[in-house]
Amino acid sequence: MADKAREALIDPLFNNNPIALQVLGICSALAVTTKMDTAMVMSIAVIVVVALSNFFVSVLRDQIPNSIRIIVQLTIIASLVIVTDQILKAYVFEISKQLSVFVGLIITNCIVMGRAEAYAMQNPPGLSFIDGIGNGLGYAIILMVVAFFRELLGSGSLFGAQLLKLASEGGWYTPNGLMVLSPGAFFLIGFFIWILRTWKPDQVEEE
Amino acid sequence: MQRSVGYTLLFATLVCVVCAVVVSGAAVLLKERQDENALLDKQSNVLEAAGLREPGVSLPPDVVAERFATVASKVIDLATGEVVEGVDVTSFDQAKLTSDPETSRVAPANPAKVNRIPNQAMIYEVLGANGEVEKYIFPVEGKGLWSTLKGFIALGADLQTVEGLTFYSHKETPGLGGEVDNPGWKARWPGRKVFGPDGEPEIRVIKGRAESPEAAPYQVDGLSGATITSRSVTYLIQFWLGPDAFGPFIEKHRRAA
Repeated sequence: MADKAREALIDPLFNNNPIALQVLGICSALAVTTKMDTAMVMSIAVIVVVALSNFFVSVLRDQIPNSIRIIVQLTIIASLVIVTDQILKAYVFEISKQLSVFVGLIITNCIVMGRAEAYAMQNPPGLSFIDGIGNGLGYAIILMVVAFFRELLGSGSLFGAQLLKLASEGGWYTPNGLMVLSPGAFFLIGFFIWILRTWKPDQVEEE
Repeated sequence: MQRSVGYTLLFATLVCVVCAVVVSGAAVLLKERQDENALLDKQSNVLEAAGLREPGVSLPPDVVAERFATVASKVIDLATGEVVEGVDVTSFDQAKLTSDPETSRVAPANPAKVNRIPNQAMIYEVLGANGEVEKYIFPVEGKGLWSTLKGFIALGADLQTVEGLTFYSHKETPGLGGEVDNPGWKARWPGRKVFGPDGEPEIRVIKGRAESPEAAPYQVDGLSGATITSRSVTYLIQFWLGPDAFGPFIEKHRRAA
């Protein structure tokens, strides 16, 4: 049991990362990673939603009629996302404004529904909850790594604190505009997948 | 597992009821706090457009209230440009007036895709030490790529020079159209001129980089990767400062000045 829990938590970080290996959830990974603080709030929101949706789906897994199981999962996920969005609007208004539609779009994030269907429907609530946290963390790691480079190279700052003085403000650093735009995130995710697959060659797909 | 139709219906109903209660409960409990945030945000944005707040710096609520004290809120009649006296400015709800056919009219076809124009609108005047108006702040809104952009534009006492622009509500693509929030871009507006020699609003967001305000008074840098949002900003400013909206008010006060 302890081993399974460990596996559920650790496995999605590198061995079975939802973005790098399963290539899910790319859209929001591009959109919210220009700044670290928005990426962090988004990561937390996704971790909470995946963990709780896995938990509730797993609790109900023996009661959910098979014919309507997808729509039941979706209803649970959608409710959790709306509540999360409401809480963000009430307590971190500035950041929720920057995240705009992307919190709502967690509903369509394939990671959430993928885990509910693939894992929570077969496993007990505790394990499913941990699996949700693990997959959320796997998403969060990529988001934070991408946001780290995008904010540092694109704006010369981290968490909004200016580290590299910008040329436009009399400093030496000319920010890399590519990093602020979406393609910058594609390159970074590409590099991340490259490094990960060099480190763990068994993730490389067969030709 | 195969279940009876009755069970499936019952289960679906229960899930819906529980989820509905949770969602509406969250919405009701958090509404007050969200409304406070929204009001604070709106006042902060008026202050920012007025140049009374550094862009990107959030102020505590009491400081916002204190600085907002130098701003006079006025309700004006759009068609005549006259100030309407005796209206409670704290409860003035322009969005509500706009949706009510009694208090609004259908807008003529316009590229900003504004459907209805309210008969009355609220503007803000920043007052100097002697009570003279230093800046006028006008609310503007219009459709962008995904959403309605809502913001404020501040004009100087000559009602010609832009003093500031800010958007407090939009759902444009973060990193692209969402850059209408970018302090660096907003800093490109002050000093630009709004009205051309014929009195029509001339100011526009162009593709690429605009020259200095002296060389290109009617142009502002475009947002890269956000053609539609950039164009919408042009349209909505030209609409609201034009003859169908705040034009009569501006005309009147420019002549008086």
